[in-house]
Amino acid sequence: MRYAMAMDTRKCVGCSDCVVACQTENNVPLGFCRDWIVEAVKGTYPDTVQMHFKSERCMHCENTPCVRTCPTGASHVIEGGIVKVTHDECIGCGACIESCPYDARYVHPEGYVDKCTFCDHRLEQGLNTACVDVCPTSCLIFGDLDDPKSDVSIILKEKDWYVLAPEAGTNPQLYFLK
Amino acid sequence: MKTTRRQFIKIAGASTAGMAIAGSVLGSVQKVGEAAHVKKDMLDSELTRTPTYCEVCFWKCAAWVYKDKEGNIKKLIGNDEDQHARGKLCPRGTGGLGMYEDEDRLKKPLIRRTDANGKQYYEEAEWDVALDYIANKMNSIKKDYGKENMALFVHGAPAKHFEYLFKAFGNENHAEPAYAQCAGPREAGFFATFGSGVGSPEPADMQNSKCIVFIGNHIGENMHNSFVQEVSTAIDNEAKIIVVDPRLSTVASKATHWLAIKPGTDMALLLSWMHVLIYDNIYDKEYIDKYAFGFEELKAHVANYTPEWAAGITTINPELIRKSAHTMAAASPASVIHPGRHTTWYGDDTQRERAMAMINALLGAYGRRGGMYMGVKQKLPKYPVPAFPHPHWSWQDITKPKFKNAAVGLTNVLIEASLPEFDKKHQIKGWFIAGTSVINTIPDRIKMFKAIENQELIVVVDTMPMEMTGYADVVLPESTYLERHDYSRAGKNRVAQVAFRMPAVEAKYDSKPAWWMAKELGHRLGLEKYYPWKNLEEVLDWQFKQVGSSLEEMKKIGVKTFPSTEPIYLLPGEDYEFNTNTGKIELYSTDFAEKGYDAMPKFTRHESPDPGFYHLVYGRAPMHTFGRTQNNPYLYDLYETNSIWINPRTAKLWGIENNSNIWLKNQDGVISEFSTKARLTERIRPDSIYMVHGFGHTNKKLSRARGRGINDIPLITKIKIDPIMGGTGMRNNFVTFILEEPSREEIIAAADWKANAAKKKEASENKKKETEKKSEAKKEHTKETHTKEEAKS
Repeated sequence: MRYAMAMDTRKCVGCSDCVVACQTENNVPLGFCRDWIVEAVKGTYPDTVQMHFKSERCMHCENTPCVRTCPTGASHVIEGGIVKVTHDECIGCGACIESCPYDARYVHPEGYVDKCTFCDHRLEQGLNTACVDVCPTSCLIFGDLDDPKSDVSIILKEKDWYVLAPEAGTNPQLYFLK
Repeated sequence: MKTTRRQFIKIAGASTAGMAIAGSVLGSVQKVGEAAHVKKDMLDSELTRTPTYCEVCFWKCAAWVYKDKEGNIKKLIGNDEDQHARGKLCPRGTGGLGMYEDEDRLKKPLIRRTDANGKQYYEEAEWDVALDYIANKMNSIKKDYGKENMALFVHGAPAKHFEYLFKAFGNENHAEPAYAQCAGPREAGFFATFGSGVGSPEPADMQNSKCIVFIGNHIGENMHNSFVQEVSTAIDNEAKIIVVDPRLSTVASKATHWLAIKPGTDMALLLSWMHVLIYDNIYDKEYIDKYAFGFEELKAHVANYTPEWAAGITTINPELIRKSAHTMAAASPASVIHPGRHTTWYGDDTQRERAMAMINALLGAYGRRGGMYMGVKQKLPKYPVPAFPHPHWSWQDITKPKFKNAAVGLTNVLIEASLPEFDKKHQIKGWFIAGTSVINTIPDRIKMFKAIENQELIVVVDTMPMEMTGYADVVLPESTYLERHDYSRAGKNRVAQVAFRMPAVEAKYDSKPAWWMAKELGHRLGLEKYYPWKNLEEVLDWQFKQVGSSLEEMKKIGVKTFPSTEPIYLLPGEDYEFNTNTGKIELYSTDFAEKGYDAMPKFTRHESPDPGFYHLVYGRAPMHTFGRTQNNPYLYDLYETNSIWINPRTAKLWGIENNSNIWLKNQDGVISEFSTKARLTERIRPDSIYMVHGFGHTNKKLSRARGRGINDIPLITKIKIDPIMGGTGMRNNFVTFILEEPSREEIIAAADWKANAAKKKEASENKKKETEKKSEAKKEHTKETHTKEEAKS
């Protein structure tokens, strides 16, 4: 099993619904977030200006610098390639935060490091992640890459995509559709 | 600008309420911390759910409120069966919990009192006292002036309860900013064309469209849930999207054609599109022949409105105008110009909307799949009560002579009628306001404050201490939508559905639902016969039972779909009679012609800014609704302040850098109360600036929102009234930048722009007179010399 997410930049309107849904689902304290929106603008007015939004979160990389740098073993990978942090084992040293090329982690006010879990507690209940379920544009597609019939497998076969910071060699599992 | 009789009172100044606020802040912080510490994942199986429909905006998406065993609301999720929600809520709906949790909420009824030193303050009151006070005042206004001499300003679900109360009282002077400051022109424009207004949700069949056109309608930033979903489907379907906007809006960034129009020139573009559709012979000829009236007149009318003519006005390349018209036509009839929503822009708005409706007709869009569908609904019968008394006069008497096609009451006309100089018979002496902070909704604050001064009673019903509450005599704290029953949502859509709202939790503080307030007031006003029921549940149950459902069933399902036999598209070759004078789609409006309005839209040139000034363009952010959500903790967290979008080339002229703190000053000298950050972006024309409406709150009791961002409403001083339906055109305003912090005195003095302008005018007239005198004297002198010289020779 290899969980992955595709994000369709053509459809996203940057509304941040994914952010609020995650906050309420996962008790993320106000002022912090596990997922966020990036607005990318290029070109100049009027002829070449272009814009698109990206909904970003932990990329649940195959090659995980955050897990390698963690001195206590709090950061670890579970079934399906989901990167998690065991809060009780985390000392909040921030090594993982430094090593993450995507700035996907934050220090929770309680002192531990927190991040996206691909809503593994919802996956266990047979549900989708909260961000995927809430998105009004359906621009987030989640599933198992090992299953060729999953939505995410199909869409990644059909569409052109890219990943962020490929040069970091992390093999991230959040794919952006062009 | 000073209000004398009515000092602004910051709510919860009373010490007891202050303590309550502090307590609840602490409570909410602890709650978050505890939840995080336990690190317990939320399991849906451990939650229970009750139905509601959302009240964070007017889209009213049906939702489920999920609660844990202790009865705490955990989350809000869209109802799968609902056409508005389709299983999803937008960020505002998802964050709707913040409306309930907000510790700044109104908590107790408040009554304005004056102390021994003449200082006014709010006294917390029991409901009985507050309601008696209102009923007594309403009765004394009735006795002294007439029951008609009050106005009701409303928005959202509470509207129905108070409209009912006012009708029972014998008063029909009701108005919503949602009409005269928002959607009114499109209703009038589409009605004149198709004999049917637009309504909400707008029946644009976007999920089936092959081409969608947006005129300044920034869908995705106005987060109308099912519409955003439909546009997303349209993108999947590879539909063409055409966006006309001075800004690369979110939807413009997804468009096939973005027409970066010069603000105020939309009519020129629309007329030239009609020219192309007709003269390139790409309109739906069969449809027009069968259903339309006045095609030949229109053809002659638009003969000279070529793309080249429009290019000089709109700054849009004529080839792009032509190409975009062809794109629309190629997709016809699955091609639609969305009517838009906030359409009170330049004063000729009904005509602009009519031009849009007419293009929809030329595309054969109305009543066609992918164009505009004809919505259906399930009517819920009214609970039987005696007929309401007939008022001696109503809004129509003071509105219709001037604005013949106003379909409902106009806020601005009722405010005009609230001024002391208005004729005594029709003068409004009391305001009842629910769910709308009118000073931040309706432009022209000077007039607003004069009207406020002239009122003998102002009642404000709200959940939050919005600015308008500070001018009330009585403030009534309403329960949020998560704590109350309301009438059901049963508007038109593709299929007939009814959505139900019930309290998920007990009302916090001493807040009450609007239906209860209205009923209690009804009893105090001797209108018991109109309230024969115990509570709204009883009314809802009765209504549901009339249509084969029940309260019990609705509690379980939240949304019920009813079978409908009415087709939502025209049948092939159907002989359809439109609800117009001619029974046809009127390209030439016989109604407008009869009433002395232009039967076909004409181009009017609107003002351009003076050098150093820029078009003030305002709009929405997906996380906020009007000015009512800025203090919501979740939504504040997402988007805490607006910024001023400036093209980098413009910014360079001013030395403004990204994130520079700036103030705005408009063409009449009005200065923004607060500053905000400049946002340099290529996404906007150099002659315009853009800001999100609803920010710049001044009430300190909105602890998060206060002082955040700039409020566009005080900067909108030049208002062009639509002669057909009376809406307030608000896009005729221009602003310039102030880079150094202005003093408080300067800002306050500048707000009184009418007096300042009068002084300035007087000074310039005096100066002119002096110069004239001098030149007269000089002339006389020359004349004399001349004559003398003549005499000499």
